[in-house]
Amino acid sequence: MLKQMEGSRAVAEAIALCRPEVICAYPISPQTHIVEALGEFVKDGSLAPCEFINVESEFAAMSVAIGSSAAGARTYTATASQGLLFMAEAVYNASGLGLPIVMTVANRSIGAPINIWNDHSDALSQRDSGWLQIFAETNQEALDLHIQAFRLAEELSLPIMVCMDGFILTHAYERVDMPTQEQVDAYLPKYEPRQVLDPAEPVSIGAMVGPEAFMEVRYLAHAKQMDALRLIPEYAAEFKKVFGRDSGGLVHSYRTEEADTIVVAMGSVLGTIKDVVDEMREAGHRIGVLGITLFRPFPIVQVREALRRAKRVVVLEKSMAVGLGGILATNVGMALAAKPIDVYTVVAGLGGRPITMRSLHALFRRAEKNDLDPVTFLDLNHSLIAKQMERERAKRRSGPAAEAMLRDVGVVAAKLA
Amino acid sequence: MSFQPVKFYQTGTFTVGNRLLPPEERSVQSQEKRYNSINSGHRACQGCGEALGARYAIDAAMEATNGRLICANATGCLEVFSTPYPETSWQLPWIHSLFGNTAAVATGIAAAIKVKKLKGERRNIRVVAQGGDGGTTDIGFGCLSGMFERNDDVLYICYDNGGYMNTGIQRSSATPPAARTATTMAVGPEPGNVFGQGKFVPAIAMAHEIPYVATATVADLRDLEAKVRRAMEFQGARYIHILVPCPLGWGTASNETIRIARLAKETGMFPVFEAEYGEVKSVVAIRHPLPVEEYLKPQKRYAHLFGKTPQVEVIAKLQALADRNIKKYGLLDGGAR
Amino acid sequence: MFQVRIHGRGGQGVVTAAEMLSIAAFDEGRHAQAFPSFGSERTGAPVVAFCRIADKEIRLREPIMAPDALIIQDPTLLHQVDVFSGLKPEGYILINTSKSFEELGLADLVRDRPAARLCTVAATEISLRHVGRPVPNVPLLGGFAAISGILKLESVIRAINDRFAGKVAAGNVAAATEAYNTVRKEMEEAAHA
Repeated sequence: MLKQMEGSRAVAEAIALCRPEVICAYPISPQTHIVEALGEFVKDGSLAPCEFINVESEFAAMSVAIGSSAAGARTYTATASQGLLFMAEAVYNASGLGLPIVMTVANRSIGAPINIWNDHSDALSQRDSGWLQIFAETNQEALDLHIQAFRLAEELSLPIMVCMDGFILTHAYERVDMPTQEQVDAYLPKYEPRQVLDPAEPVSIGAMVGPEAFMEVRYLAHAKQMDALRLIPEYAAEFKKVFGRDSGGLVHSYRTEEADTIVVAMGSVLGTIKDVVDEMREAGHRIGVLGITLFRPFPIVQVREALRRAKRVVVLEKSMAVGLGGILATNVGMALAAKPIDVYTVVAGLGGRPITMRSLHALFRRAEKNDLDPVTFLDLNHSLIAKQMERERAKRRSGPAAEAMLRDVGVVAAKLA
Repeated sequence: MSFQPVKFYQTGTFTVGNRLLPPEERSVQSQEKRYNSINSGHRACQGCGEALGARYAIDAAMEATNGRLICANATGCLEVFSTPYPETSWQLPWIHSLFGNTAAVATGIAAAIKVKKLKGERRNIRVVAQGGDGGTTDIGFGCLSGMFERNDDVLYICYDNGGYMNTGIQRSSATPPAARTATTMAVGPEPGNVFGQGKFVPAIAMAHEIPYVATATVADLRDLEAKVRRAMEFQGARYIHILVPCPLGWGTASNETIRIARLAKETGMFPVFEAEYGEVKSVVAIRHPLPVEEYLKPQKRYAHLFGKTPQVEVIAKLQALADRNIKKYGLLDGGAR
Repeated sequence: MFQVRIHGRGGQGVVTAAEMLSIAAFDEGRHAQAFPSFGSERTGAPVVAFCRIADKEIRLREPIMAPDALIIQDPTLLHQVDVFSGLKPEGYILINTSKSFEELGLADLVRDRPAARLCTVAATEISLRHVGRPVPNVPLLGGFAAISGILKLESVIRAINDRFAGKVAAGNVAAATEAYNTVRKEMEEAAHA
């Protein structure tokens, strides 16, 4: 059924259709609307039986999820930003134990300086945590990916993060096609855990493993993730059969046929890039875009294939590997190892900096002329940085940097663009 | 099993299997068909108080739930010595997740069981969580307090040996004043652990007004069994704090564990009581009051107090702590307040 | 694509207005995208929300920097925030005030703009009368339907009934209708003048 609704609400309704049995919640923007809605469904009895637990921290949220998943319950939680870091130890533990928890990450930056706006620093900081990571481009896709995530997680016995851009998607009202309970029931089988805490068949979970077997246990996690590369396209195809639309998968090419320049990106910014690509194609530019839906496991073969004919690749990412350049770009670079293709890293949109069509037009045109640095920071205010660097040169006790730079800018947060 | 009133002083120990009693009054451990929740063959040190306490506590909980019990275990000695890969001592469903999250993991298990019961997929199963004092009073305290505050249906058992023994005897917030640990060395003008207010988690648990809080020692294992049984009669959050001497960490002989635990109680250093909904309901009285030296002297962690020039002032301060416990909990008159 | 930017203050229902606008457009079978200016602003702070309306899927995610229409819920913002930034030359302006553009000191700004696309309406008074609270957002949507012709009043009313119920819904419907009629009348008078 077509509905005009907030992204968070759409995701919450989709989660409810998946019949989760335990949901734990700790407030952090911008994921709050999702768990608030789920809390309401549990409280008004429309989602039952389900336990909704208000925990005291994100660390507890993931820990409660670990316990409930190990006891055989379909388990969901959501977080963002600092919250994801606060639960990091338990994030690794959940995947290490092979517990199929589904978690929404409403992507947001990581401080200091504290910043509530969108980028991908939070999810990408956990890229090696052993969780699968899927990035939604639209609210429709966010909703659909959650349904697929439960199926995939439970089949693989691995946890999955469904990443959606904080505020840009979570707080946006747009059209979604909400599936029916019958459709979701037809697609998502009952959870049959591989391991469960059960007095009838007592097992010990979480024993200490020494050097004699640790490598093998960890390798198994890698092998299982690689198996997801086979399962995900299958599940996406089955999804299309039941729900009648394409959603999920590994990567998505848009107008890359005979493209000299291919832009690679993840999440909601793909929409803006597609609009730019359309305009540039109309003006005769040979440009296309590759959207990465699945970030972990990284679909290295599919990325290589999609970029094979490009002369240059521009990886536009909302994250940064401090002291190196890009995170996504490094991964894409691995897919292109030994290929004679120029790969440009563009760090953009950190901390909610709008990524505008105007800036992208200029950026892509420079890329076409090979006039980009290996690592470019989009729309960086160079004079602001120069001022601060000068301050630090002039005086030992130059004071806190962020505060001084805000004073230079002279506006409070939330400027238009 | 009701808490039997027969006195066993004449046997010289509280730990006897009580085979002199009629079967219905015998302790859980004296039964031939006890659960043996922790099988023999684990890697605990000789005389480990924690292994002993866990064996009695978990078997009693198993007895009370007819074996329908799931256990969550914090990182620590108990976890390490009981599950050396690929072996396990645990004869019940058991999970170890992390050091600081055991109460929350238990909450999750209890929530899952509740839903599965409502769906008719599983029968009733109870949940017990356990950890050492580090995993309980320090790193796991946030999750513990959250579990208490929500009154989740979990029995949490803390085995208190007064330090991080698994990592090599470092100070925890449960390490008593003046005690030597690897991070509170017996050097300098004030050797050993600092004198602070301490962090007595049973009192903090009571402040949450949860249904049941109790303390116990491995010197009185019938009392421990009775308290576990009592705890399982309540729904909601419950907490039992058991003093478990650590021969390695305390510098005591392996065959002294039970005696040392009894001295902790008899000197008033460790009050033994139970409380319901935030109110103390009963205390186990001191039978033969003893000065704290009797408890301190056999332990090498206090050896610096008894050198060439005995640290009488420090010992007096420790005596004052014991006296405060005796007064606060009415340990001499059996809590007649 | 038609792009609307709504300026107001925290507590005035700025974000709700954008969301309801998107629901009204959706009701007419169109694609719409509403989103707030993603701040952690408290009550009383300047707030911006956006709404795009189009006949095909909206993929663009940048903030609206060159709006086709501006709804200004609080005239005290006029001299604090650059609310007119990027407004297209033929863009619509709807301001919640009982004053005229000249009285607001905006004579220079509106001189070269088409008069039929400029309007003020006392939405706070209207909402006080019908809803009993000073929330100008809903009557302004009625006024916006009138001035822009982008949406039907009926769609706005459906969006109101989607969001509110009972007396609040009825009051808001009455407020939106009154604002709609007021703006229509003003526009007719302007056309005849």
